[in-house]
This record gives sequence, structure tokens and C-alpha cells, in this order.
Amino acid sequence: MKAESAPTRERPKILPSNPGKIGESRPRADGVPKVRGEFEYSSDLRVDGMLWGATLRSPHPHANIWSIDTAEAEDMPGVYSVLTHEDVPGRKVYGMEVPDQPVLAWEHVRYEGEPIAVVAADHPETARRALEKIAVDYEILDPITDPAEALREDTPKLHLSGNVLKEVHIKHGDVEATADVVVSGEYEVGMQDQAFLGPESGMAVPDGRGGVDLFISTQWLHIDRDQIAESLDLPPEDVRLTLSGVGGAFGGREDLSMQIHSCMLALDAGRPVKMMYNREESFYGHVHRHPCKMEYEHGADREGNLVYVKARLVFDGGAYASSSNAVCLNAGTFACGPYDVPNARIDSYMLYTNNPPCGAMRGFGAVQVCFAHETQMDKLANKLGMNPVELRLKNAMKPGDKFPFGQTVPEPAPVAEILERVENMPMPEEEEIIGRDLRRLPGGVSNVTRGEGVKRGVGYAVGYKNIGFSAGFDDYSTASIALSVEDGEPIIYVHTAAAEVGQGGVTLQAQISRTELGVENVAVLPADTRIGSAGSTSASRQSYVTGGAVKMACEAVRGKVFERVREEFGDEFGGELSMEDGSVLAGNRRIVALAELLENGGIEETVVYRHKPTYPLDENGQGDAHFQFAFAAHRAVVEVDEELGLVRVVEIATAQDVGKIMNPQSLEGQIQGGVAQGLGLALLEEIQMKDGKVQNASFTDYLLPTILDMPPVRMEVLELADPDSPYGLKGVGEPPTISSTPAIVAALRDATGRELNRVPVKPEQLAGIEGEPIRRAPQPGSRGPVADDLGSEA
Amino acid sequence: MRRIKVTVDGKTHEHEVEPRLLLIHYLREVLGIGGAHSGCDTSNCGACTILMNGESVKSCTVLAVQADGEDIMTVQGLAKNGEWHPVQTAFHEAHGLQCGYCTPGMIMATISLLKEKPNPSEEEIREGLEGNLCRCTGYENIVKAVKQAAGSPVS
Repeated sequence: MKAESAPTRERPKILPSNPGKIGESRPRADGVPKVRGEFEYSSDLRVDGMLWGATLRSPHPHANIWSIDTAEAEDMPGVYSVLTHEDVPGRKVYGMEVPDQPVLAWEHVRYEGEPIAVVAADHPETARRALEKIAVDYEILDPITDPAEALREDTPKLHLSGNVLKEVHIKHGDVEATADVVVSGEYEVGMQDQAFLGPESGMAVPDGRGGVDLFISTQWLHIDRDQIAESLDLPPEDVRLTLSGVGGAFGGREDLSMQIHSCMLALDAGRPVKMMYNREESFYGHVHRHPCKMEYEHGADREGNLVYVKARLVFDGGAYASSSNAVCLNAGTFACGPYDVPNARIDSYMLYTNNPPCGAMRGFGAVQVCFAHETQMDKLANKLGMNPVELRLKNAMKPGDKFPFGQTVPEPAPVAEILERVENMPMPEEEEIIGRDLRRLPGGVSNVTRGEGVKRGVGYAVGYKNIGFSAGFDDYSTASIALSVEDGEPIIYVHTAAAEVGQGGVTLQAQISRTELGVENVAVLPADTRIGSAGSTSASRQSYVTGGAVKMACEAVRGKVFERVREEFGDEFGGELSMEDGSVLAGNRRIVALAELLENGGIEETVVYRHKPTYPLDENGQGDAHFQFAFAAHRAVVEVDEELGLVRVVEIATAQDVGKIMNPQSLEGQIQGGVAQGLGLALLEEIQMKDGKVQNASFTDYLLPTILDMPPVRMEVLELADPDSPYGLKGVGEPPTISSTPAIVAALRDATGRELNRVPVKPEQLAGIEGEPIRRAPQPGSRGPVADDLGSEA
Repeated sequence: MRRIKVTVDGKTHEHEVEPRLLLIHYLREVLGIGGAHSGCDTSNCGACTILMNGESVKSCTVLAVQADGEDIMTVQGLAKNGEWHPVQTAFHEAHGLQCGYCTPGMIMATISLLKEKPNPSEEEIREGLEGNLCRCTGYENIVKAVKQAAGSPVS
């Protein structure tokens, strides 16, 4: 480590754990401080003399800015720094794929909540009051809030490049193919929020030499660092990031929030600056899942063999690019679902609007299209008079088939097998509705009936997605393994920049090291930018890519250990060398203890691991774009009260292929948690927009599944090894979120017979109430909603 | 400003506080107890749940002045002489957490629940924790953790 890169703040002490080997359930190493309340989240960061940062955001979704006057704010006692776009030292825009988003807005604002100025003060309240003293002269413009409108030629352009951010066109087989049986439909997915429980926070500490240390909760330290360095006009080595405790992510921390702002304030004020969003600000402070409107047409022969799929997808990318390009590509490639489709025409569009920027969220483009293609499959089954699972089995893709984007379906691709498994799992017990404990009715005790209108339904869905970064992206991870002796015991230090966001990556890295080197004490060092990039904790990729890097670094260390053994003991052992129980073995015979072998110096190896290359799609949307695919199927059993529109999800059953179970308990947690987010999208979760403004930026009005909403998950896990991946494993985080949503909606349709072409499904749709939802706006002179306002439309 | 005297995790503190200061902010900002988390500001998520005289409360719905003279317990005060509270052990072993942000609140709510109902059914566990949100786990391992802590068979 170079002296000049020493951080201004000490690393927390890392206690080694005995993580167990891969395949074993072991409690998480970070679970110890987490259950003791001692885990340091980014919101807990503090140092003496630190200032508090705050952000002035636009109240308008679309406006010109004629002037920004900060004089009064700067004069306030306790205010140390007030910064606008003029103070951005380097590049004034940022973005992971397309740098189009202002660090601080100038001339225009394009979404409600866009940052305009930042303040640092000695107290958070002083900082907030200073924001109120900044005068911004806006000229309010009409917002463009409908992507279809944004797509029209005569619509004003929100960016110089136009309103179309990305389009992907896939032409597969005969795009003019016709069929005997045709079903079509229009589907819509609302804007879901990641709603991680720990809001955005971080602390920037100036190093006194022009550089800065940032302690931050994020998903990808190095892409943050590179964007910060560009905007600060500093060399990357002068911007050092350390991951601090992350309270969940789910895609919402892949883009920057206060990273550049806090560093600018800290460098300007010459003091550490902490920034922390509250829940309301968090809704404006990160990207969301893209809303999408989808038009589909499926053609099949009379036996139910798919002949063609045509789809037109229109995504609302919001004001800035974020990772929308990749979402648009993903959605295009997965638009047909995991089926053998001989002919396809897919047109996927990503539009700029004045809605909040949308980007990564668990499932990343596969979620939206899965809702549509699975609804279409049910419609087709209905038209053919076929069982919906039978129709899916008949068309299930198999290894050797061609994806609509031209790539060959690799081994393993167990679509039929996972469908059969969920179909054959036992059904949950059916309790008589009338007379049961009211708490087990849809809506629980808020159900005002005795269950007379309750119906049960069952639905199925299957989905798939790529793992990791695709389409030619140089996707890699770096890992360093140091094996040494401390207090007479061998110990492994693992160092990567991979962000632990709750998924269990730290434990997995320790388990891999423990397994590869046969040493029980493993300490995983904090993730930071002193080592090379690990890539993002997203796209279900860290087990594969950083797991692969850790395994490879262990193999390099093992090679060095064996070299040393051969140097000291010759090379006639009568058996393969291996490492177990802190020793080097030949066959079953112990050659030397590591404590002895490494007495005079440990071994450290740093490696970079890459999976096999991927390629961009050509002009017809064809190419080997992805390197691994993960599949899951879901069955939902629901009960719906048709009079009240209330739902109880009785059970979710799932089968998923994970290649190799690395930590059974951790895996189950990923599947259960992913299903809960799919349930949220099916029934509850939507950021409601009106004229470009968020209507429900709180957990009072943005509804997350509670422990009463979420049923037990019945699961079967397949271990069909991927021949290319470390241990044969597959990414597991996202598939549970993809097909759980359409399975639940299919079950709702089964129960009610209603169409339900939009998620989240609202109670009024289930109860058959036509037209606009009931408006609860207070009447002039009234203190709130009155009975007359509520009941009249019902 | 008003003077308050509060016992937190067995230690008594006296401070002058603004009458509008919330207990969660008193614990976090004045006493530096990071183990009480703030997740929503609207009393929906329960990450700030603590025990007040043995009863679970969301500390964002209590003013610091209301805690004057009361006995507060946070997750950081649970371990005695290095021995974890059984609910802490159960959440750790049953994998009742991922990111862990909801965990202190879940643990405190569970302790309060088990005091009222030492052997809760699954339904009672779910009702008892209904005011605490978790975004990571899907709740199933949390239910398992509560069962384990109660000494019930864990399926």
C-alpha cells in the first residue's frame, strides 16, 4: 500500500470467521455485528468536526432555469459551503453508460427532484434552512410524461440527441409469418421502487492534499469512483472509496446519488461532510424500475406449437439515461420468454420523458416482458382449450434451440423440468372459506364480509434472464488472497471491491477461500478501491464473477504453496498434493503444517477473472449477447374477495436451477426475498405519477409487502452445473422476482375471470369497478375526505 | 429546552433537549446509539423499534421528553457479559436477516412479542411483527428465527 493512499479514516476491525465450506449453511459473518446493532451502516458514519450536506431539488418536472441566487444562503451562520453547477470542477454531467445527467442542473431541469444546489452546514437543520434561502428563477414548461408522446416526431426534444434513447429491433426467422390461432394484447407494468430499507447516505473526507476519501453505500465502487473523479477533475487515485454498511440495494444504488455532491462539499469546505437522505428524498434520489407498455401478438398452430411472436415494447426511461440502454436490450432479447419461437419480430424502444430517471432493479428488463409473454401464453392456452402448463411444456426451449436473438441455447436449460416440478408439487391445504378464522380471509380482519365472495385461483409462469453484463461489456472482477500465519495459526485475508449489499457475498467469498485452501480462519477485508474493480453487485453476477476471481486467486496461492513444498521437501510424495485442515497433504499423508511452511512469510496473489466474452447485437438484433441464463418457474395459489378486491396469496411454489448450491440457507433467503418483491409488483407497489410528479413518496403511500402479505415459499432447487462457471453455479438473485409476478396475476385471473393486463393489480380491477379510481382529494373548506366523496362512484 | 433523565441500556443519561426532539434522534444523534435505525420517518417500517419499560415502541413515534424517567432498551443493550439474547442468536442462526437494516427493530419487536406470547403460533408471529418491514428476506426466515427463539420446533 502506498503511503499517500492511506485513508483519512480507520478501517473497522475485521474479525475472522470460520465460514464452512461451499455447500454448507453457515450463519453470515456480518450477521454478528448486525444482530448486535454494531454493524456500521453508511447512515451511522460520523467523525469529529463533520458538516452535514443537503440538496436543493427542483419542484418542477420540466422547467428552464433563468437564475440561481445563493447569496442569502451563503451568509447564514453555520453554513460552510453552497455549491451550484458553476462549482463543478470537471465534467458537469455523469452517467454509467451515457453521461447525460447534470451533477447540478443548469439552464434546464428535466424531472421533479433534480438536484440544483448543495449546501454544507454545521447542523442538518441549518443545511435544510439554507436550501430555503436559495432563490431559483424557473420558467415552468409542460412536462412530457407519456413515452408514446415522446416518441412522436412533433414532440419537443428533451435532449439534443432526441427523445429516443435506445431502440432494439430483433428479426428472427420469417417476420411475416402467419398462423391459424392468434392472440394479442396490450400490457402495462407500473413504476416499482427498490425501496431498500437504509436510505442513501455517505461521508466524504478531504485528505488535505486535494484528494478525497468517500465512505459510501453503493453497488459498484469503481464506477462511482470513475464518475466522481471525472466531475472533480481529479486523477482516480485521488478519489478513494470504501464501502460502508449497505441497507439493501436491488439496483437502486447502481447510479450515483450524493457521491459527487458530498465530495464537492468536503473539498470546498475542507471538512468531512456527511449526507443522508430521508425516505421521501430517497424516492427522488435513486432510479426506479422502468414502467413499460407492451403490445404483443402470438401465433400458433392448432396443436399449440408457437409459430411467431410479435412484440412492441415502449419503456419510459425518464429524464436521464442511467442503465436504460441495457434494460432495452435485455427486454428485447427476452421478450418471447423461454420458448422455442421459430419466428419473431421484437421492437423495443426506450424513451426520454420528464418522469424520474429509471434504471436498474432486480430483474432488469426481464420482469416487464415476462408479465406480458406469460399472460399471452395463458391467453393462447385458453383459446386453444389447452392446459396452460401443457402449452408451455410443448414450447419450452431446450439446449440447441436458437434464441430469437440468434444465440444457441446452452446446456443446461431445464425449462420443461422446472415447469413439471412446480406443477407436481403438493397443493396447499384448502380451508373452508365460510367459518374460518377471519384473519385468514383476504384482507385479514379488515375484510368486512364473512368470505361470501372469496374465490381461489391457481396460476403458473416461467421466466429467464441473463446473468452478468452482456453484449460485449468487459465484465471482470479482481480478487486478492493473502495466506499467512498469525499467532501460530494460518489465516486467509480476502480482498475484493465487491459490494456486500445484503446478498451474502462476503460469506460466500469466505466459504470459497475456506474450501480452496483448507484453512478455517478467513477474514474478508472491507471492499474499497485500493484493489481493482469487482464490477457491480447487480445482474446476479457476484457469485459467478467475484466468486470466480476469489477461486482463481486461491488456486494461484495454492500453486505457490505447492511450489514451496516442492522446494523444501522435493517432489516425490506418492500422491497428489492438496490443502486441508491447515496442512498440505499428499494423498492422506500430512506433509507439512501451513503454520510451519509459512513461518517466514505468507503468500499473496491478486488475479483478474473474466467470464467468456459476449458480443453486441447486429442490426437485426442477432448475436451471442449473453454468457449465462438462469431459469425459474412459479406457481401461485391465491384467494380473492371479488366484492372487496382484496387478495390473500396462499402460497408460492417455485423451482429454480442454480447450478450449484453454495450456501443453502443464503440461497433460500434470496429466493424468498425475490418472490416477495415479485409479489409487491403484482399487488401493491407502484410509484404513482401525475403530470411528472411523484404522488406517494413515503412508505405510508408506497406499499411494501408486510409479513402478513407474504406467504411461505415452497421450493425445489435444481443443481444442473454450468460447464463454464466456477463450481457450475448460476446467479440466483433475480429469477425469483421475474416469474412470480405473472404467476400471481394468472392466479387472480383464474379466480376472477378478469383480464388484468396491468400490474400492480388494483382492488378496483378485481372488484370490477369501472373507470378512474375514486378520487380522495379534499373538497374546498373540508378537512379531508368525507363519506360522500368516497362511496359515490362505487 | 427541557431536561430529561433517561435510562438507556442500563445507563442513566441526563440532557437538555428540544421538546420536539424524537426519541430515535435522541438515541442516534445525542447518545450515538447506531443500533436504532431510521428507515422511513413515518412509523411504517419499524427499523427504530426499541423497548420502553419492556414494551416495544417505534422510537420515531415517541418524543424524547416522553421518555423522561423511563427505561429504554435498544438492541445494543441486549447482550449480557458477552452472552447474546436468545433472539439475537436465533436471528443469526436462522438467517433471519440479509442487509440487516430491519434487524434491530425485528429483534426488539420479537422480544416484546415473546414476552406477551411465549409460544406463539406462526399466525401470531406474523401478526406480532406486522409493523416491521423487511425488504430482503421475504420474512420466512424471520418467522423461523422467532420460532427458534421461542423454542418451538422449526419446520
